[in-house]
Amino acid sequence: MGKQTVDKALLLKVAANARLNLSEEEIKEFLPQLQEILSSFSKLDEIDVSNEKPSFQPIRLENVMRADKKEKCLSQEEALLNSKNKKGGYFLGPRVT
Amino acid sequence: MALNLKQFVMEVKKGNISVVENTKKILAEAEQSNSRQHYFNAIAKESALQQAKEIEAGIKTGRHQGKLLGVPISAKDCICAKGIESRAGSKILSGYLPLFDATAIEKAKAEGAIIIGKTAQDEFGFGTFSNNTGIGFPKPLNPLDSKRSCGGSSGGSSGFTAFTKFAHASIGQSTGGSIACPASFCGVVGLTPTYGRVSRYGLIDYANSLDKIGSIGKSVEDAALLLEAIAGYDASDSTSLNEKKEEYSKLDAARSLKIGIVKDFFSGCDSAVQKECMKAIEKLQGNGAKAEEISLPLNAKYGIAAYYLISTAEASTNLAKYCGMRYGLHEKLEGNFNEYFSRVRSSGFGKEAKRRILLGTFARMAGFRDAYYLKAMKARTKLINEFRQAFSKFDVLVNPTMPIVAPLFSEIDKLSPMQQYAMDLCTVPANLAGLPHASVPVGKHNGMPIGLMITVGHLQEAKMVEAALAVEGVCK
Repeated sequence: MGKQTVDKALLLKVAANARLNLSEEEIKEFLPQLQEILSSFSKLDEIDVSNEKPSFQPIRLENVMRADKKEKCLSQEEALLNSKNKKGGYFLGPRVT
Repeated sequence: MALNLKQFVMEVKKGNISVVENTKKILAEAEQSNSRQHYFNAIAKESALQQAKEIEAGIKTGRHQGKLLGVPISAKDCICAKGIESRAGSKILSGYLPLFDATAIEKAKAEGAIIIGKTAQDEFGFGTFSNNTGIGFPKPLNPLDSKRSCGGSSGGSSGFTAFTKFAHASIGQSTGGSIACPASFCGVVGLTPTYGRVSRYGLIDYANSLDKIGSIGKSVEDAALLLEAIAGYDASDSTSLNEKKEEYSKLDAARSLKIGIVKDFFSGCDSAVQKECMKAIEKLQGNGAKAEEISLPLNAKYGIAAYYLISTAEASTNLAKYCGMRYGLHEKLEGNFNEYFSRVRSSGFGKEAKRRILLGTFARMAGFRDAYYLKAMKARTKLINEFRQAFSKFDVLVNPTMPIVAPLFSEIDKLSPMQQYAMDLCTVPANLAGLPHASVPVGKHNGMPIGLMITVGHLQEAKMVEAALAVEGVCK
């Protein structure tokens, strides 16, 4: 990973990907903090992993499929209970364009 | 002195304790203390009393049995409980009322437990000190010194377990040490099982390949009883392990243990912490245990970096679902979807959540993914193998749970985020490897508790509980 410099342009690009609007104050605070964190993480450069497979899970897991049977699910009414933006039995979302 | 859970259940069954009266008392204690100590994000007064009434009626007709009959249990806010506001300590989940119980809650209830409320935590589990609570959530205070931290991220669970005068245990959750750390700082027992031993169904997740639900109790036996109740295979969680159920509460203290003292973890700790932990090990040796030093250099050197890259990468994808629709925080629907989602997320997430989302998003971005995320996942394989080798020689590995006693909030404020992450040195490796581990109080320094962490191989929870009982026995 080498020495990765975190500048404002990179931070704003990451924030846009993460759908976060950062205030000027947050940018000022986060820049040196993220720089310090990434510099510290760069010590992983030293470890040789050329022969290793990634461990996406800590323990071996079997792939499981549930039985192809009908199961109880939430009613439409229940599914909408936690939503404030709804209309006519549907979730109401922001406009797409 | 509160009864232990087994004694409590026995008294309930004999009719010597009224479940309704007892529930009223502990709810009153929880409510009265909450304005000052902040252990609860939600107190489930109505549903707890309703449950208590049903259980009491059931006992009279002989219908109710159960290992946790009438026992008041709290659960970390990130574990969904039906009808009780569950926010994982985040403003972005304001108002969320789950329509179902997490499997761990369901299993505890099936044993007669009464869910009294949801406990305070770092937002989504993002912290070591319960100082990173979400916007509008107060920090829980250490019951032994209110200027100090309870530890995190299951801070409310540990704090209230230590604080309450009544029989009580708590369902906690650990991603990188969030059960062991607060147990150590509050002087209670924390048990974290193998990844997959307790179903994660209904857990508001932080990092899928790391999250584990476990137990916190006033004693090893209490914590073991709760773990026994909530463990077990669950078809609703595809990572749940299909293993035989074990009765952790019926085990005896281990006598002949082969103990590996992890010297790399010891050396990073305050001398007073090292001293109390070594005293406990020497007492175990006096009781027939054999102990020698072992080194885990890869875990000591690379554990923190690998853990934070993996956990933030996973967290950033998990937290992508919070966008002000369907549940939780809502705002007026204005602007297009990108503008709306960004606005809700920016006002709903606290600072540490934003930092971790940014870090994780960066580690997964095109051009950086192989160097950061994948590298960390490959390093994890090496770190797990280092533990495997150690367990070919030892039954248990021990080290201080935390390098320090519970710090003052004023001390934490001076630490940068990276300096705070570094405090997880001893707990992160076992969590990265999905290994069961316990934290047991062994002594105090300036009045603040010190915990010894006991780590065992995958699925060796019984060995973990036996060793924890042995440590508790010699430290009484």
